[in-house]
Amino acid sequence: MAAAAELSLLEKSLGLSKGNKYSAQGERQIPVLQTNNGPSLTGLTTIAAHLVKQANKEYLLGSTAEEKAIYRVTQIDGHSSKNDIHTLLKDLNSYLEDKVSLTGYNFTLADILLYYGLHRFIVDLTVQEKEKYLNVSRWFCHIQHYPGIRQHLSSVVFIKNRLYTNSH
Amino acid sequence: MRLFVSEGAPGCLPVLAAAGRARGRAELLISTVGPEDCVVPFLTRPKVPVLQLDSGNYLFSTSAICRYFFLLSGWEQDDLTNQWLEWEATELQPALSAALYYLVVQGKKGEDVLGSVRRALTYIDHSLSRQNCPFLAGETESLADIVLWGALYPLLQDPAYLPEELSALHSWFQTLSTQEPCQRAAETVLKQQGVLALRPYLQKQPQPSSPEGRAVTNEPEEEELATLSEEEIAMAVTAWENGLESLPPLRPQQNPVLPVTGERNVLITSALPYVNNVPHLGNIIGCVLSADVFARYSRLRQWNTLYLCGTDEYGTATETKAMEEGLTPQEICDKYHIIHADIYRWFNISFDTFGRTTTPQQTKITQDIFQRLLTRGFVLQDTVEQLRCERCARFLADRFVEGVCPFCGYEEARGDQCDKCGKLINAVELKKPQCKVCRSCPVVQSTHHLFLDLPKLEKRLEEWLGRTLPGSDWTPNARFITRSWLRDGLKPRCITRDLKWGTPVPLEGFEDKVFYVWFDATIGYLSITANYTDQWERWWKNPEQVDLYQFMAKDNVPFHGIVFPCSALGAEDNYTLVSHLIATEYLNYEDGKFSKSRGVGVFGDMAQDTGIPADIWRFYLLYIRPEGQDSAFSWTDLLLKNNSELLNNLGNFINRAGMFVSKFFGGYVPEMVLTPDDQRLLAHVTLELQRYHQLLEKVRIRDALRSILTISRHGNQYIQVNEPWKRIKGSEADRQRAGTVTGLAVNIAALLSVMLQPYMPTVSATIQAQLQLPPPACSILLTNFLCTLPAGHQIGTVSPLFQKLENDQIESLRQRFGGGQLEETFDLKAKTSPKPAVIETVTTAGPQQIQALMDEVTKQGNIVRELKAQKADKNQVAAEVAKLLDLKKQLAVAEGKPPEAPKGKKKK
Repeated sequence: MAAAAELSLLEKSLGLSKGNKYSAQGERQIPVLQTNNGPSLTGLTTIAAHLVKQANKEYLLGSTAEEKAIYRVTQIDGHSSKNDIHTLLKDLNSYLEDKVSLTGYNFTLADILLYYGLHRFIVDLTVQEKEKYLNVSRWFCHIQHYPGIRQHLSSVVFIKNRLYTNSH
Repeated sequence: MRLFVSEGAPGCLPVLAAAGRARGRAELLISTVGPEDCVVPFLTRPKVPVLQLDSGNYLFSTSAICRYFFLLSGWEQDDLTNQWLEWEATELQPALSAALYYLVVQGKKGEDVLGSVRRALTYIDHSLSRQNCPFLAGETESLADIVLWGALYPLLQDPAYLPEELSALHSWFQTLSTQEPCQRAAETVLKQQGVLALRPYLQKQPQPSSPEGRAVTNEPEEEELATLSEEEIAMAVTAWENGLESLPPLRPQQNPVLPVTGERNVLITSALPYVNNVPHLGNIIGCVLSADVFARYSRLRQWNTLYLCGTDEYGTATETKAMEEGLTPQEICDKYHIIHADIYRWFNISFDTFGRTTTPQQTKITQDIFQRLLTRGFVLQDTVEQLRCERCARFLADRFVEGVCPFCGYEEARGDQCDKCGKLINAVELKKPQCKVCRSCPVVQSTHHLFLDLPKLEKRLEEWLGRTLPGSDWTPNARFITRSWLRDGLKPRCITRDLKWGTPVPLEGFEDKVFYVWFDATIGYLSITANYTDQWERWWKNPEQVDLYQFMAKDNVPFHGIVFPCSALGAEDNYTLVSHLIATEYLNYEDGKFSKSRGVGVFGDMAQDTGIPADIWRFYLLYIRPEGQDSAFSWTDLLLKNNSELLNNLGNFINRAGMFVSKFFGGYVPEMVLTPDDQRLLAHVTLELQRYHQLLEKVRIRDALRSILTISRHGNQYIQVNEPWKRIKGSEADRQRAGTVTGLAVNIAALLSVMLQPYMPTVSATIQAQLQLPPPACSILLTNFLCTLPAGHQIGTVSPLFQKLENDQIESLRQRFGGGQLEETFDLKAKTSPKPAVIETVTTAGPQQIQALMDEVTKQGNIVRELKAQKADKNQVAAEVAKLLDLKKQLAVAEGKPPEAPKGKKKK
């Protein structure tokens, strides 16, 4: 998904009415936002954080220093190449082993952005892979049901009973 | 908190420089670890620096750690800093790590190193000089400066890589480098060895891809034209010129089809559908349709092919269904067998025989295999505790018991599985069990059952798999499932059941028991063949000459990959075992699963009523065939694929090629004088044709379909570039060129019609009739592209092949079949009536109900109008409108009309 599309989704989920116009820069189509009062902003997470503030939903940026620091960890994920995605999912899976959301217990911008960023990969996972990355699936399923997040993106189906466990 | 750093890890520089900020606000321990140490337990690759927080959590990104330190010092984040940090991570880092890798690991120098980062350095320099500030985010040093400085230091500390002309960057770098925390950090990490200190760390990193490399996209990549050698082109031209003459004679059709010594004999089976379920699209693509494509392909290759299937008719489900409908099990099977056969006939499935499992042959062969297993000691007897209904005087099979689920307390749990929580249940564990027939309470008694001794056969199975699997075309999921069963060790499996409707067990003491379906269902393939020809053993006891392909969805793999091979190996009668086990993943419907009980999804018998031709269904199902991963049926996608791939690509090309012959050349294929460009096109088409063959030989059905579309795209381009419709009006040479282009194009169309035959048989026949393709060319597909329509060949009448699907047509179908947003409505209905198929509500809604609904629609309409007039809150209006639409939908259903498509955009 192009970054501009992710941002439009974010805008809607934040309840911002006015659709910002994004231009794209360079080969990698980095989004640029021209703000009303000040310089233009470049980059996906930068604009995302800006939009959150614009919507007065700062809690999404995290409340403790720890949460504020973490929400940014995920920024590279959206740019990962297909080869790396499995390592990434594996790590994310173990990371989420004991967490509800990326920062622990509170839903933040990190979850939203990572959800948008990962959607195209998760859609393509096989049932077996989804089961392998069980914690990611659980997290992903949770986020996609968060009101207003999923929007037009396809809802990914996760099967509740395990198919590949070795009992028979 | 504890900070882990490592000597020579570049990320430690900014972290250490920023750590000063946190001093005095939190206790900070700094530990030095080796670059290979895995500090964070959940990361695959070792990563330093890492900050372990007092909560036990880890921060493992350099900029996150720096950010954390700054946040502790009371700093508030701002957009500009965020922007710099993001730029650092996404732009600077890839370029920089490439530069460092070239410099330190590969020993490159000068511009080779600087080249990759120059753009990034210039960008920093411009930003600094433009805003005329000493620091990146203003007058004072900030997080952005520390992070960027830390990243750049290893490279820029060597003056050779700090270009003089970037003066703003130059002074910014010098200012920071002289600061005390930065100096100390540099010393700790680089140990005064300069950039070489990073060597041990960088050597272990994967080589960075060049930052100029192409961005990774998820879009299907445009087919790049392969480069062709002169030889390839020459060969393609020779094959083309040989034309029809190189076709071998057509194999005479035999009846029955029997293996022929010295030929390739292909036996194809598709999983036997269970008789009393109407198959849905997922079932159809999973086995019968996939197998059909391969069978048709196999025949096009002139391989000696037998394709068989049939209904699986024995078992509990049939018996209970018979009880419900007040028929005998045999009558139920007769009724549903016809429904199945009709559906497959409509889908144009080319079975050589479509049989059933309730035949005397089935009993004979099953009992024979059983006796052989028994005499060879592969059958065990054991006592099992089981529920027995005294009133019915029989032991109850799992499905004949209902009761309260021991796990979730659901009241109507079945004896084998709870519908609510989905857990598997042991029937004796049910609370308050009831006999499903007479509703009395059964008692637990012990009874004898027979078990197949799989552990004893395990070794033979492994030997056979060891011989079979390498080099075969078993799909990865089939291999995986089989392997995981073997890894856990096989256990004895019960092969008898307390039923009447099944194959009788020929053993004293088991007169009131039958074989469990999974023991005898796979034997159905043999008995169906035996009913087709009395020489069935030439197929099934002939492993040397017969290549057996079995198609199924992945849930069937254990029976075909483990259980049946074990029975057959244990029976020691030289059975033909599966050479290629082809399993698909699952097909979902829109956003969820197919569900008969909720009326969601398209079922085989309904596909005919949609007005969409069978070939379009076949095309779309094969296009999304769940090959390697699950896929989903989507109405919108169906519309898109029909209109873009079939109508605009394939149909357009074939139609244009034919029309040019009719219009410009009076229906006769013109003379073709091939130019080097045309020859190259011949070679490209040949290459794609060969790819198609390679893929289908490996049963990669979905991928091979793409080859067809690619050739047609080449064809469209060829016509577009050469513009025969203009040239035909030009000079003599132009007219000749128009002839060549038209002739070549119509020959490509002829080739496509044959390649398309396995996928869309009716369309293929239509094209062949329009082009009057000579008969042998219709039924044989070679690996080379031949000129099958030579100059002077007269073609028939050309007409369009496909129809456009319209949005409202698809929208009304989507509503009719449920799915997506409608699912909940169906859920509700499912609770009120046991069988909520939409069609049934049509017939049951009486005039009073319709009137009541109409009144409600009018009432709700007034509410909406009033609200709108008052300019009420948007959400409130939307909610009432939704109610209104829902009522209208119900009304439409009740009146038996297809519901109107909602106007405007979908709101959700």
